[in-house]
Amino acid sequence: MIPELGHIALILALCLALVQGVLPLVGAARSLQGWIALAPQAALGQAVLVAFAFGCLTYAYVTSDFSVLNVAENSHTLKPMLYKISGVWGNHEGSLLLWILILVIFGAAVAVFGRNLPATLKARVLSIQGLIGVGFLSFILFTSNPFARLLPAPLEGRGLNPLLQDPGLAFHPPFLYLGYVGFSVAFSFAVAALIEGRVDPAWARWVRPWTLAAWCFLTIGIALGSWWAYYELGWGGWWFWDPVENASFMPWLAGTALLHSAVVVEKRDTLKSWTVLLAILTFSLSLLGTFLVRSGVINSVHAFATDPTRGVFILIFLAVVVGGSLTLYAWRGPALQATGVFAPLSREGALVLNNLLLAVACAAVLLGTLYPLALDAINGAKVSVGPQYFNAVFIPLTAPLVAAIAIGPMLAWKRGDLTAALRRLLPAAIAVLVALGIGLYLQNGRSFMALLGLSLVGWLGIGALCELALRIKLFAAPLGDSLSRARGLPRAAWGMTVAHLGVALLVMGITVSETWQVEVQQVMKPGDVTTVGPVQYRFDGVMPIKGPNYTAQQGRFTVLSDGRPVREMMPAQRRYQQPPMETTEAAIHSSVAADLYAVVGEGDAERGWAVRLYWKPLVSWIWLGALIMALGGFLSLSDRRLRVGAPKRAAITAAAAE
Amino acid sequence: MTRKQKRLIAVLGLVGGLGVAVALVLTAFNDNLVFFYSPTDMAEKQIPADKRFRLGGLVEADSVKKDGLVTDFVVTDLRSSVRVRYTGILPDLFREGQGVVANGKLDSDGRFIASEVLAKHDEKYMPPEVADALKKSGQWNDGQGHDASKMNKSGS
Repeated sequence: MIPELGHIALILALCLALVQGVLPLVGAARSLQGWIALAPQAALGQAVLVAFAFGCLTYAYVTSDFSVLNVAENSHTLKPMLYKISGVWGNHEGSLLLWILILVIFGAAVAVFGRNLPATLKARVLSIQGLIGVGFLSFILFTSNPFARLLPAPLEGRGLNPLLQDPGLAFHPPFLYLGYVGFSVAFSFAVAALIEGRVDPAWARWVRPWTLAAWCFLTIGIALGSWWAYYELGWGGWWFWDPVENASFMPWLAGTALLHSAVVVEKRDTLKSWTVLLAILTFSLSLLGTFLVRSGVINSVHAFATDPTRGVFILIFLAVVVGGSLTLYAWRGPALQATGVFAPLSREGALVLNNLLLAVACAAVLLGTLYPLALDAINGAKVSVGPQYFNAVFIPLTAPLVAAIAIGPMLAWKRGDLTAALRRLLPAAIAVLVALGIGLYLQNGRSFMALLGLSLVGWLGIGALCELALRIKLFAAPLGDSLSRARGLPRAAWGMTVAHLGVALLVMGITVSETWQVEVQQVMKPGDVTTVGPVQYRFDGVMPIKGPNYTAQQGRFTVLSDGRPVREMMPAQRRYQQPPMETTEAAIHSSVAADLYAVVGEGDAERGWAVRLYWKPLVSWIWLGALIMALGGFLSLSDRRLRVGAPKRAAITAAAAE
Repeated sequence: MTRKQKRLIAVLGLVGGLGVAVALVLTAFNDNLVFFYSPTDMAEKQIPADKRFRLGGLVEADSVKKDGLVTDFVVTDLRSSVRVRYTGILPDLFREGQGVVANGKLDSDGRFIASEVLAKHDEKYMPPEVADALKKSGQWNDGQGHDASKMNKSGS
């Protein structure tokens, strides 16, 4: 009964989405107040209906109702409760429902928090959200109904892929989707602005919080995914330039560019048409990512859908959204005139450089991700683009970007003075020299990449702090004065500094862990001791253990520091019964200074076990840096200026009207 | 400098920068495109030693020999076969008779030195490239699973 109610709720939501997608749009064009006023109600109604449907599916999972096909195929009574709930989105249909849920929540949030939006703009934005909802709701109802019944109901379900039974991965999809889908709001604003033919600083102010929120969530989602790959897959790496990772990274790059270009629209009333294009592209890349990951064109743990009609549906939907919005852009875009003038050496100039580098990096990732698929489709040739390509392209593109992050905020709007900015960055230049000195002093730190990375960290880290110090007149004014200035500094300024420091931490983590990591692969017998970096691992043997839904061979290491035991590590090879599958469980001890990481492979008592042991200095800084970037974003989001008073559209001036 | 000249310099700088970026991307792209070959492809084409590529097929029965971390095995598409050597921990589901994809290059006596081995990760799965290679060599039957799923990887 309850699954049927969920199904009906979804059908009603589709009907409501159709109403929301059409009537307010017509109403805004014809100035029909009643139809315009419909939009927020419809958005709220949709949110309630979809949330109800999602609740129904969750209920089916929690109660292990195997008469629902989706539950029978993806759940199991023995599964811990956390994974019963996360199992709701650990499959194609459920993850699609989660996507829709987040979409309608964002729609409802625009309806609720967008009180100070002009009614017609709000109606148009919500209409576009409604149309996206129509696409996804038809997709779920016509090709992937999560509430389909299975009769007779089996006694036991088939279980969830053990790799997905992990707390990191339980929360990775919701965050990723909050990011992907959050960009739909920026997209809707962009399309609405194209229909209205008007983009101005007020528009940028309305768009920015949504973009910022989406960006923060996407950052966290990507960090969680990378962290999961690091500890769950047992390969010791944290980023593989896998097409699935790239699928989430491309919208992130485009979204980061959007975040920065929206600032230029807001402050200087220029770069409008590019910002609108970026908003369209960012969401298109989110859709492309969903298509790549979910359609099964890429093999991975994420490829749930193997039914070709689903892939075709997403592809058509993608073509309609991207094609439609870009056509609209080509038609209306030229009407978006810039009023501000533009000097290359200025804050806005630096932000354009940021956009340029991010856009090229994003295009390079896109090329490397899509080319093998295109070639396969054209002549059946099987190629792959290795990590070497991405590293070779990405590092030269991001190094100048990271270097420019320190300079940009030092430049004034309109007309910046590069010499003065560089003079203020003197402490950062000294930090670069110190970093180079440390690199040259340390053994194997003399590689070009290590020196480059350390210099960038010194430059950006100290540069960002310099900027903060200048703003609060640290050392130039009495300390109390500086402190009160620091308190008075807008949250957005704090957010920027914190996010930029997060980038510095991230680069630090990458550089140090890649340069100084020690990896040992060898065969060990119980009692053997091997040195890995500054510590020793003593192998104590392997014994069988039994978990709730698996059995395992668990190895045991004692980590020694200066000959004294400091901790035990227990990596394992797990064998799950349902579905039958083996997984490698790495044993990891994380600390700020370094991670210890141990994997035990095959072997027996006579010949010994194959083991892989690591010492990874500062590797946790990578995720820490990403989280701090997201924290900076949230800090900026909490800025009162984004919510109160400011977003009031100025009367159309003669210049803007032309 | 007049305003026009400044703008010209800015535009030239931008175009130059973009040109460098594009050149960088395309060079890196050409150098790092990794092709996939089946053992039959390898027999037909002369692949130079030191060219990195991916090899896929089935692990031949009774061919796996382990000596410490070094594993020697034979990859076959049931028409041709290639000797492979891998040093390191093999993926969880590396088994004789099942599909693998190995990443690496040939050494001077025609042995494939794998730096990375991918194996199927559950009972049903066959890497799609391997399935295609078997279809091409005429050795495919539909009883072999083709449920797209997950790859298990082990690299060094």
